[in-house]
Amino acid sequence: METATEQWVLVEMVQAVYEAPAYHLILEGILILWIIRLLFSKTYKLQEHSDLTVKEKEELIEEWQPEPLVPPISKDHPALNYNIVSGPPSHNIVVNGKECINFASFNFLGLLDNPRLKAAALASLKKYGVGTCGPRGFYGTFDVHLDLEDRLAKFMKTEEAIIYSYGFATIASAIPAYSKRGDIVFVDKAACFAIQKGLQASRSDIKLFKHNDMADLERLLKEQEIEDQKNPRKARVTRRFIVAEGLYMNTGAICPLPELVKLKYKYKARIFLEESLSFGVLGEHGRGVTEHYGINIDDIDLISANMENSLASVGGFCCGRSFVIDHQRLSGQGYCFSASLPPLLAAAAIEALNIMEENPGIFAVLKEKCEQIHKALQGISGLKVVGKSFSPAFHLQLEKSTGSRERDVKLLQEIVSQCMNRSIALTQARYLEKEEKCLPPPSIRVVVTVEQTEEELEKAASTIKEVAQAILL
Amino acid sequence: MRPGPGGCCCRRPTRANGCFANGEVPNGYVRSTAAAAAAAAGQIHHVTQNGGLYKRPFNEAFEETPMLVAVLTYVGYGVLTLFGYLRDFLRHWRIEKCHYATEREEQKDFVSLYQDFENFYTRNLYMRVRDNWNRPICSVPGAKVDIMERQSHDYNWSFKYTGNIIKGVINMGSYNYLGFARNTGSCQEAAARVLEEYGVGVCSTRQEIGNLDKHEELEKLVATFLGVEASMAYGMGFATNSMNIPALVGKGCLILSDELNHASLVLGARLSGATIRIFKHNNMQSLEKLLKDAIVYGQPRTRRPWKKILILVEGIYSMEGSIVRLPEVIALKKKYKAYLYLDEAHSIGALGPTGRGVVDYFGLNPEDVDVLMGTFTKSFGASGGYIGGKKELIDYLRTHSHSAVYATSMSPPVVEQIITSMKCIMGLDGTSLGKECVQQLAENTRYFRRRLKEMGFIIYGNEDSPVVPLMLYMPAKIGAFGREMLKRNIGVVVVGFPATPISESRARFCLSAAHTKEILDTALKEIDEVGDLLQLKYSRHRLVPLLDRPFDETTYEETED
Repeated sequence: METATEQWVLVEMVQAVYEAPAYHLILEGILILWIIRLLFSKTYKLQEHSDLTVKEKEELIEEWQPEPLVPPISKDHPALNYNIVSGPPSHNIVVNGKECINFASFNFLGLLDNPRLKAAALASLKKYGVGTCGPRGFYGTFDVHLDLEDRLAKFMKTEEAIIYSYGFATIASAIPAYSKRGDIVFVDKAACFAIQKGLQASRSDIKLFKHNDMADLERLLKEQEIEDQKNPRKARVTRRFIVAEGLYMNTGAICPLPELVKLKYKYKARIFLEESLSFGVLGEHGRGVTEHYGINIDDIDLISANMENSLASVGGFCCGRSFVIDHQRLSGQGYCFSASLPPLLAAAAIEALNIMEENPGIFAVLKEKCEQIHKALQGISGLKVVGKSFSPAFHLQLEKSTGSRERDVKLLQEIVSQCMNRSIALTQARYLEKEEKCLPPPSIRVVVTVEQTEEELEKAASTIKEVAQAILL
Repeated sequence: MRPGPGGCCCRRPTRANGCFANGEVPNGYVRSTAAAAAAAAGQIHHVTQNGGLYKRPFNEAFEETPMLVAVLTYVGYGVLTLFGYLRDFLRHWRIEKCHYATEREEQKDFVSLYQDFENFYTRNLYMRVRDNWNRPICSVPGAKVDIMERQSHDYNWSFKYTGNIIKGVINMGSYNYLGFARNTGSCQEAAARVLEEYGVGVCSTRQEIGNLDKHEELEKLVATFLGVEASMAYGMGFATNSMNIPALVGKGCLILSDELNHASLVLGARLSGATIRIFKHNNMQSLEKLLKDAIVYGQPRTRRPWKKILILVEGIYSMEGSIVRLPEVIALKKKYKAYLYLDEAHSIGALGPTGRGVVDYFGLNPEDVDVLMGTFTKSFGASGGYIGGKKELIDYLRTHSHSAVYATSMSPPVVEQIITSMKCIMGLDGTSLGKECVQQLAENTRYFRRRLKEMGFIIYGNEDSPVVPLMLYMPAKIGAFGREMLKRNIGVVVVGFPATPISESRARFCLSAAHTKEILDTALKEIDEVGDLLQLKYSRHRLVPLLDRPFDETTYEETED
C-alpha cells in the first residue's frame, strides 16, 4: 500500500517536470547551481593581501628603506671617549697619562695588586693555562672551581655555592632560573641594571616599590594577597619573590633586611639578595648584610654577589641552600651555556678569601675610612652626599639640578676632570639613560678602599670641596 | 637546558627527508645537496659545485634516521618514563629513599620554588646518566687531560672523589680548536708577565675607570685580524650576545633567527623587545620567504613597515656541525636590505685558510657582514667575546652596550693570552706556527670525519667542520657510550634531550690542532670498538675504505688527507 503511494508520488513528480514551463526549469537549475557554488566557496577571504601581484610585491621590496643599523653618534658624546688607564688600576692609577690616587675602582680591600693573589693566580696559570675551553658540563669543570664553590659556601655559612664566569650574568641568570611567566617579583625601584635584565628575561610580573620603603612594599604585598584570595587556585602556583640589594649600587643605601624578613614570612615571598657591594664589606667577617644585621642566612633564599669588587677577581657567585642553588646547575643560562671561569681567576678569588679570613680586622678599617671621608665631605655647598656612612661606594649629587640632565652631567664631569688634574681619580656613575627603569640622578661615585691613608682621604675631600666650590659657585 | 614537557623538542621539526632543501632558488642558481647526491651515487662523498656563489664545494650531510632506530628510541623513552612514574610512586610512599634536597621546614607552606613535575626528567632520566657530564678535570684542557675519578654510591645523586686521577685521557670534548690551551710557551709567558704587572681584576667598568691600555690594544688587533674598521671586546662570550643585541634592535624591528641558534642569541633577541621570527635551520628558502613577507606585509596589526631587519646566524652550529650558507645569506641580505649578525663562536680561528672564520672559509668580504661576533673561549684558549664591524657600529656600542656601562672589564692576563695567540695565528710573532695549527686542524677534521664515515657511523654536518656529531639516538646509549669511552681513556661529550631533539641524541667530538695522528688513530680505534659493542653503525651509505675502493670517476676527488 505504502509503496504504491510512493510510486504514485514519483510519477506525479516526473509528470510535473514535463508539464512545467521551460523558464521555470532553467530558473531552478540556476538556483541549484548557485547553492552548490555557495556551498563550496569560502564565505570570507583569509588573506586580503593575497591579491598583491608579484610585481607589486617586488615594488614594495624595492621601495622599502630600513633605518641605519645604528644611529650616528656625535663626536663629543660624553661616553664615547673612554679614559685610558695605563698599567694596573690599583691604589695609584695612571689615567690618561696622569698619576692619581684611585677613588673610583671598587677595589675595597686593596687586593687588586696583592702579591699573594698574583702568586696564586700565577701558580694556577702555570698548571692550567688561561682558558677552560668549555662550559662546566663539557670538561670545563676544574678542581679549582669545585674548591672555590666549597670555600664560598663555607665562608658564607651556607650549604652550597655556584660560580658564574661574569659578575653581571650572575643575578641576571639566577632570577629567571626560578621566576617564570606568571610569577610575581617585588623589586626595589633603585635595583641595579643586572637585576632589571634578570627580571626582563624572566617575563614575570614586576611590582616596583619605592626605594627602601617597607610600607610601600607591604601595601603591594597586601594588594596581592587580596588578589590571591579572589583566585586561590592561581595563587597556589604563583611564586612570589622580593628582590633587593644589600648595599644599593645606585644610592649607597642599605636595605632594611630585618623588616624584609618579617614581610617574607608574613606574605610567604622568597627573598633574593644581590650583595655585590656589601659582600666583603659589611659585617664582622665581611659576610655582608646578613651578618651586619645578625640575621640567620638561611632566612634569605638566595644571595648573589660578584667577585669583581672586594675579591678583586672576575666572575660572580650565588649561595644558599642546596634545594635552591642546585636548581641553577641545569636552569641558570649563564652557567650552563657559557664557558667556565678561567682557573687563574678562581685561584685568585680563593686566595682573596684566605686573606679575608686571616685578617677580619680589615672590615673595621674599611668602615672607619668610609666614615672619615663621609664626614669630611659634608657641607660642600652645591653637592650633597648620598649613601650610608659605612658604604664604601657613595654618590655626590648636585644639590640643585640645573634643570637639564645634560648640563648636570657636564658640570659633574668638570669637577671630575679638575680633581683628576689634581691627582684624585674619580668617575661619574654611568647609566644607559634610555634603558634604566628608574634613572638615578647624575652623580660622582666615590669609592673608599683600605689602601687610602688618612692623609689621602683628607686630601681627596678637600680637593673635591675646593673644585666643587670653584665650579658650582 | 631546562627540561620540561615539550620543552625543546619543538625547537626544531624532525628532518623527515634527512636533508635540507633541494631544488632551485629564485636567483637562478642550482643548489644540490649532498644527501640527494648520495642517494643517487650510493655514497655520501660527492663534490658539488654551487653556481657562482660558492668558491668551494659545500658538502653537508644529515643522514636520515633509520625507521627501526627511531621507533626503538621512542620505545626507550617510553620505558624510561614508565619506570620514572613507578619510582616516583615508590618515593611518594617512602618505599624508595629520596635523595634530593628538600624545602626548609619553615617554608613548607610557600609556593614551591619549582614544580615537581618539571623535575621529572632530571630526576628519572638525567640522574641515571649524570656521571657523563661535569667531569672535573685537573690539568690543561689540551689534547690529553687528567680527570678526577669519582664514584657514586647512591645512583648518581652524589659523587665522592676517590682521590685518584685518571691520567692522560684523550680529550675529544674541549673547544680547543687551535691548541692554544697550554700552560707553557709564549702565550703563557706573556700572560704571566701581564699578570705580574696588572694583577687579575679591574674592579671597574669600561666607561668608568676600567678601560686599560691592554683593552685598547686588543681591540685594535681584533679589528685588524677580522679585516674590519673597529671592534670591541667583552668579558663573556654569552653576554656579548645577550647584552649587545638589545643595543642594536628594539621595538618595531624584526629579528630573523635560525631555529638552532645558541641560547645567548635567543636571550639577546628576547631582551631586545624586537619581534622574533624563526627560519628553518640553514634553509635559505625559509629565510627568503620570511624576508619577503616581512617587507611586503610590514608589522602585524599596525601594518607599519619594519624599522630594520636583523638576521641572526652562527658560523658553525655547535650541535649539528653544520656551516652557515653564508654566500647565500649575504646575497639575500643584500637583496632585501636586511642586516646580518654573524656569531662566530665556534668558527673563528677554526675555519678558513688563515683562520679568520667562516667569512674567510668562503672567501668573502668581511664588510658584507654588518656585525661580526665571536668568542675568545675556543680557538684562542682564553675567555670573553668580541664584536667587529664599521666604526659607526663600534662607536655606538661603546656608548650603548650594556656590557660597557655595567659590567667589569676583562681581566688583563686573559687579554694578553688573546693578544699573543691572535698574533700567532696572524703570523705576527715571526713564526709560521699559527698557520700550521690552522692547517693541522683542517687536516685532522677531514681525516677524522672520513674515517668515522667509513666505519659506518651516522655523522652530521659539514665535512670541514671541526665539530663532529656522531648519532647515538637511543637514550640508553648516551650513558653507555660516554662510560665505555672513558673506560678506554677517551673523554667525549654526549648530549641528549633537551639540547637536541628527543630522538637525536648524539656524541660530539671537537677536533683540535693539538691532536696528533696517533692520538686520532687511538681514538678512532676505540670508537670503532665501542661502535660495534653498542651497535652504533647505523649508516646505510657505507663508504668503502680508501684502498678497497675500485677506481672509478668518483674516487679521483678523494685528494684530501
